[in-house]
Amino acid sequence: MKIIVLAKQVPDTNEVTIDPVTGTLIREGVPSILNPDDANALEEALALKDQNPGTTVSIISMGPPQATYMLRECLSMGADDAYLLSSRAFAGADTAATSTTLAAGVKKIGDYDLIFAGRQAIDGDTAQVGPQTAQRLGIPSVSYVQKIREVKDKTIVVERALEDGFEVIEVQKPCVLTAIKELNMPRYMTVKQIEDAYAKEISVWDEKDLNVSPDKVGLGASPTQVAKSFTPPPKGAGEMLSGTVPEMAATLVAKLNEKHVL
Amino acid sequence: MAVKLLSEKCKGCEKCISLCPQGALSMDGKLAVIGPECNMCNQCTEPKFCPFGAFEYVETAAAEVGVDISLYKDVWVFAEQRDGKLMNVSLELLGEGKKLADNIGCKVCAILCGENVENLITELYEYGADVVYYASAPELKTYNPDSYTKVINDAVVKYKPDIVLFGATHIGRDLGPCVAVKAETGLTADCTQLDIDPTDKKLMQTRPAFGGNLMATIVCPKHRPQMSTVRPGVMSKLERQPNRTGARVDLEVSFKPGDIRMEVVEIVKAMKEIVSLTDAEVIVSGGAGVGSAEGFATVKKLADRLGGVVGASRACVDAGWIDHSHQVGQTGTTVKPRLYIACGISGAIQHLAGMQSSDYIVAINKSDNAPIFEVADYGIVGDLHKVIPAIIDALG
Repeated sequence: MKIIVLAKQVPDTNEVTIDPVTGTLIREGVPSILNPDDANALEEALALKDQNPGTTVSIISMGPPQATYMLRECLSMGADDAYLLSSRAFAGADTAATSTTLAAGVKKIGDYDLIFAGRQAIDGDTAQVGPQTAQRLGIPSVSYVQKIREVKDKTIVVERALEDGFEVIEVQKPCVLTAIKELNMPRYMTVKQIEDAYAKEISVWDEKDLNVSPDKVGLGASPTQVAKSFTPPPKGAGEMLSGTVPEMAATLVAKLNEKHVL
Repeated sequence: MAVKLLSEKCKGCEKCISLCPQGALSMDGKLAVIGPECNMCNQCTEPKFCPFGAFEYVETAAAEVGVDISLYKDVWVFAEQRDGKLMNVSLELLGEGKKLADNIGCKVCAILCGENVENLITELYEYGADVVYYASAPELKTYNPDSYTKVINDAVVKYKPDIVLFGATHIGRDLGPCVAVKAETGLTADCTQLDIDPTDKKLMQTRPAFGGNLMATIVCPKHRPQMSTVRPGVMSKLERQPNRTGARVDLEVSFKPGDIRMEVVEIVKAMKEIVSLTDAEVIVSGGAGVGSAEGFATVKKLADRLGGVVGASRACVDAGWIDHSHQVGQTGTTVKPRLYIACGISGAIQHLAGMQSSDYIVAINKSDNAPIFEVADYGIVGDLHKVIPAIIDALG
């Protein structure tokens, strides 16, 4: 079996804070990490590799040159080879243009049986790139995959999480499956694997390597654009109640009654 | 559209390097350089970012190949039904869609897919739909990305809506991306605010990014339809008008072999209690300060007394004290009840993003500098295990 995993390097948004004076994001010291859902995607691919000898797992990402660090981490977890799609031409891409680029990269890698991706990246939270890459490749996709039940000859049976339960879906291969954190627990790297990973070559491809026209990728091919961005305005601070606990409780109830909230 | 560095204005102070949310800036000698990580978020053009105004926002002929946007009209809402019942978010979107449609003088329409769900058409009229596009087929009985994408894309190509809105449910966020690629247009995910520019009918789609640390307003200037998925519980539905009626358009549905490449074998409803946080008028939420799974009994007592439901911060869900379905916040549910009582929740930005538009917020926390107090209407510094019983007493 040949499996391709789509991954993204993201800033750890849990570490991002706002400068109270300027209202801007403080990015200094915020580490770049493998997007958490993508780690689940990779883990599932590696688990299938463990169960099915002869399986290979390729990892592909679009991003700046420093995303090779994240790809080395993926190799250290057990991926066989890694590809980075990197070029100034890819910059400013929305999900429509990103999926075009990733689909071109996947086609260049060649044949595959399954593609895994994380459901969404924590910096953008769109959850669109996985399904859109499938559309561009002309293959089906199932998002929010919480469990793989069975890999059959021509199909795969998976569970897709819903808000109040799940669906069992049998989908034709090849297909794109997007992973949520419930799918598995990503493995750790071993020292041996880290050493091996540094011996491996990471292929870096630009638009010429992918044979895509520069007007099909990046900002110029993105239907959506950011008109503005801003830090959310904080709601004005309210009133701190004072007194003993019973006094504060009584004041609160009185005030809520006064405002007809209760 | 792009961001450009005006090299004559850059003083080489390096202040911008750490401020860029994307980390796209670096120094080349005495000049800042914009790297490929730049996503044109435009923060750097603000004076507080660069005091010398060295970053300029330039309109370029981005996304050059567009469509003739004058051919597109009306606001469409995907009427998501499960088991023959409309999802609340679809009704909320009819309310929001009506507002947008009134601003630009067009109709708000629903597109409904299912099998023999005619009975929902009246409900859609009564919640504001002027027109209902209806597709009925066995292949549409339950959601399947293949069949739904084909039917909706065919309708979009034929009737050319200006705007298409989907609820940001697990289904809407799967379907939206597929339709957007087929229709060769853009899609903005998980919006929390929509506005329309009446002069050029440009939909201003505002959404949280960066884990709720940043809000971005997205436009889709040259492609149609303008498509968004919209977070449930954020928009308001209209009051139901009994006997309101509208027009019905039946869509032709046909599938070729190979159109549908997957089958929903089974739908399993979770046995867990369904928590309707989005519909709740009162939510009493517990955070790390609750201390244990048992501690939630106190929280529940107050929720029950007020006829509300129990919410929780991510910390409690991660600790296994309570099910994920109770989680309020960026990665949980966004809520806007009439009253939100936060007990022992410090107020991480991800949590605030999911509850700060509540009408009234009460915060109870031991630490007087907890960020939750910054969004609270009323704050009480104290131990929730003492304060909650006191409130229940005060309620009589």
